[in-house]
Amino acid sequence: MSARSSGSPHPYIPATEADRARMLERIGAPDVGALFADLPAAMRDPAIHLPPALPEPELIALMEELAGANADPWRPDFLGAGAYRRSIPVITAFLTGRSEFATSYTPYQPEISQGTLQAAFEYQSVVCELTGMDVSNAGLYDVASATAEACLMAARVTKRRTVALLEPIHPGTAEVVRTYARGAGLGVDAVPSPDAIGEEHACLVAQQPDFLGTIVDLEPLADAAHGVGALFVAVADPFALGLLRAPGDAGADIVTGEGRDLAGPPNYGGPSLGLFAARTKYLRQMPGRIVGRTRELADGNGRGEQRTGYVLTLQAREQFIRRERATSNVSTAQALIAVAFTITVQALGPMGMRESAVLCYQRAHDAASRIAALPGYQTPDRGPWFQEFLVRGPVPAGELAAQLAARGIGAGLDVSARPEPEARDALLFAVTEATPDAHVDALIRALAEIGGEE
Amino acid sequence: MSGSGPGVADFGARLSFDRGEPGRRAVDVPSWAGEEAPLPDDRLLRDSVRLPELSQGGLVRYYTALSVRNFGIDSGTYPLGSCTMKYNPKVNDTMASLFGFARAHPQALAEDVQGTLRIQLELGRGLGELTGLPNVSFSPAAGAHGELAGVLMVASALDDRGELETRRRILVPDSAHGTNPATATMAGFKVAQIPTGADGSLDRATIERELDETVAAVMVTAPNTLGLWERGIEEVAGLIHDAGGYLYGDGANFNAIMGRVRFGDLGFDVVHLNLHKSFSTPHGGGGPGAGPVLCSEELAPYLPTPVVEESDDGLVRLVAPERSIGRLQQFQGNAAVLVRAYAYMRALGLDGLRAASGQAVLNANYVRALLHGHYDLPYDRPVLHEVVFSGSRQRRELGVRTYDIAKRLIDHGFHPPTVYFPLIVEEALMIEPTESEPPEAIEALVDALIAVAEEAEGDPATLHHAPWTAPIGRLDEATAARRPVLRWQEDSASP
Repeated sequence: MSARSSGSPHPYIPATEADRARMLERIGAPDVGALFADLPAAMRDPAIHLPPALPEPELIALMEELAGANADPWRPDFLGAGAYRRSIPVITAFLTGRSEFATSYTPYQPEISQGTLQAAFEYQSVVCELTGMDVSNAGLYDVASATAEACLMAARVTKRRTVALLEPIHPGTAEVVRTYARGAGLGVDAVPSPDAIGEEHACLVAQQPDFLGTIVDLEPLADAAHGVGALFVAVADPFALGLLRAPGDAGADIVTGEGRDLAGPPNYGGPSLGLFAARTKYLRQMPGRIVGRTRELADGNGRGEQRTGYVLTLQAREQFIRRERATSNVSTAQALIAVAFTITVQALGPMGMRESAVLCYQRAHDAASRIAALPGYQTPDRGPWFQEFLVRGPVPAGELAAQLAARGIGAGLDVSARPEPEARDALLFAVTEATPDAHVDALIRALAEIGGEE
Repeated sequence: MSGSGPGVADFGARLSFDRGEPGRRAVDVPSWAGEEAPLPDDRLLRDSVRLPELSQGGLVRYYTALSVRNFGIDSGTYPLGSCTMKYNPKVNDTMASLFGFARAHPQALAEDVQGTLRIQLELGRGLGELTGLPNVSFSPAAGAHGELAGVLMVASALDDRGELETRRRILVPDSAHGTNPATATMAGFKVAQIPTGADGSLDRATIERELDETVAAVMVTAPNTLGLWERGIEEVAGLIHDAGGYLYGDGANFNAIMGRVRFGDLGFDVVHLNLHKSFSTPHGGGGPGAGPVLCSEELAPYLPTPVVEESDDGLVRLVAPERSIGRLQQFQGNAAVLVRAYAYMRALGLDGLRAASGQAVLNANYVRALLHGHYDLPYDRPVLHEVVFSGSRQRRELGVRTYDIAKRLIDHGFHPPTVYFPLIVEEALMIEPTESEPPEAIEALVDALIAVAEEAEGDPATLHHAPWTAPIGRLDEATAARRPVLRWQEDSASP
């Protein structure tokens, strides 16, 4: 401590003791403590217990130890159910790591924020192309909160007070919709089929692929929703949209989705990225930031060039202007994750998006057929599917997962408690384009071994 | 056109979509050598998707050019009031990207993510110590999300008390962030505005008059958006509780008081913190952040799902509180941001955090002292983490708006302060230097602001057309809103 007593208190805090003395003198305060005189004296500087400060090398050692307390990050693992490990181009993290992107904030000053703004415009463009929609915002927190915002927006547009969620939908998404709906005083109906919706419903929400992995024919759902005057909200995996029909072409009014998996590794679920795109006619009801293209003012700087630039726009919808009448309270969202998402999609390009989706589809189908060929195993059929499939084994689902774990393999999610008959006794496995062949081989061997013991 | 870099005359006219050539690609996709399953029926598939086709080097060059057209904390002083643009330690980013953390799956069993959950547990304990509110959920992704959590928790608690039908109002000061009233509406409440008194604190008489059996909560930002402490807030808390309401704390300005005073001791029932502000995680051009919500024992059963808990056997796991308002995200929140925030807390310790709040406050008061007299200061008393000047004299006497002053500051190499907020200060210039600016940077910022004020006297036209040195000049925001162009269209590139 003696070495620091006259220097700066920490590498992150540059002012030295001499600096502080000079500044205090200029201010006319005896010491730093005096600057807090407005705080109630009896409560000031309470006893607080925090672990001791660590110099950088010790901090790194601690964090590496904690990272090592998680399961081996390279073991075979077949969890999906809303989060999928994908092949992310190296340039995505490299470019978003540039500190001009990472250490900036909301682009209130467009003249020195064109990087963030133009990248957001790229993002909006990519989301519109993938979803087949007219307009996109600059991104929300995650798929579930984006879907909840879609439900609130549908209620504003239709002036109806109940929303319908088509099962099977991700339970996390359904729960977030319920959380937001309770605040807004909306009802939420979980419906088994589109026949169950009526004129009380503001929207029908359907997930693509659905929670159990099945590819959904969206058009009849859109027709059913429109038939009762409701909006149709599709919750689509943007990666799958490299291959699957764009929800906009199938009649969706709003499309939401999760962008995390194309932005980087799962990170235990976050940072996530909520995609939100809609038809132009609902533009002014949309939540979140929106970036627009414009030109320099004719008298902007006397150069008269009127070059192209990007700005936050349609801000009259937003909380910092409209306050209690805003379309949403969203302020900070997931801007940097939107840039990462955009770079991955653009790096893959039109060919790569389709090829990756097809590779994912083929790898998953190959793994499923190998499992189905094992004695004692079934992969219950729910129609065409993309990257996730149900596995029923010779032992109950929980036990199968435990036996795989004992062999160093992360099983698919236990969905045996779900109401769908195909999910009875089943685990939900995900295999993607990024699943190594060796992992699938290890899974097949382990399943065969478990089957052989029965 | 001879080049494609950021210096090109109309760089923004050509998006990635307008660059490259059909057939180019930035990455290869492995081919599938195994047996091919038939694809689903054509009606379920698409033909193609329109995306740019760039080489890898081309895409890297384009996004590098974009980054160069951006200003971040690492570029220079960024005194954006209310946003706490402090230095973002690089070790935090490196630690968050360790594979053990980064590759953790959100559906993993607790025993497979003990490192991640241990971090959240320890970070929660630390924040509990620092706020005096020991119960936390990390589910909220940002400050406004944390606000929603807190207000929904109040609603649930009132519902359980049988008072939700009658307590329909939330009192919000006129100096509050716009997210506060917007949140109250989203949670189903009516907003009543409390004026700010002449000394910059809440008008006590109005609060006492408004507090009755229809009030659910009062949302208070402490310190407030003028950078001032809410004097007597601990007494106001008592009044609110006596009237049966709750005190919500917007912790956006927590950087000022870390280690100095605790929300719980003051009588706050529930607060959110912005870890991307006080705890140094990168702001990312507008996220990701983290807005954990912390609360008293009374409100703990209502916290969003999940919360982290340590079992008797030492295993850390996620649980749903008994009367939880439910989930706010599909999974567990912005976990990688929490890793960064934890690394920050461990790097500083209590002494470091107290040094940070002390220096942040000293720096703001240094700005106040040096700039005094050059701009109006409507609430002229010692401040905490930020100081709000006004350009109203320049506007009145010289026809120069704060907008012009901000734009001219860009030419001096600074990111402008927050302007036109809080709404109660005309032509507001809200300056938050943070603890990570050295005194010489603060002096340079103040010198620039004084130079701009002098320029406003002699040469206002230079300000009216500023910035002159930025990658682009003033943009036509009115047309952008009136005739929105919100996405790339074929042939939309300017010639």
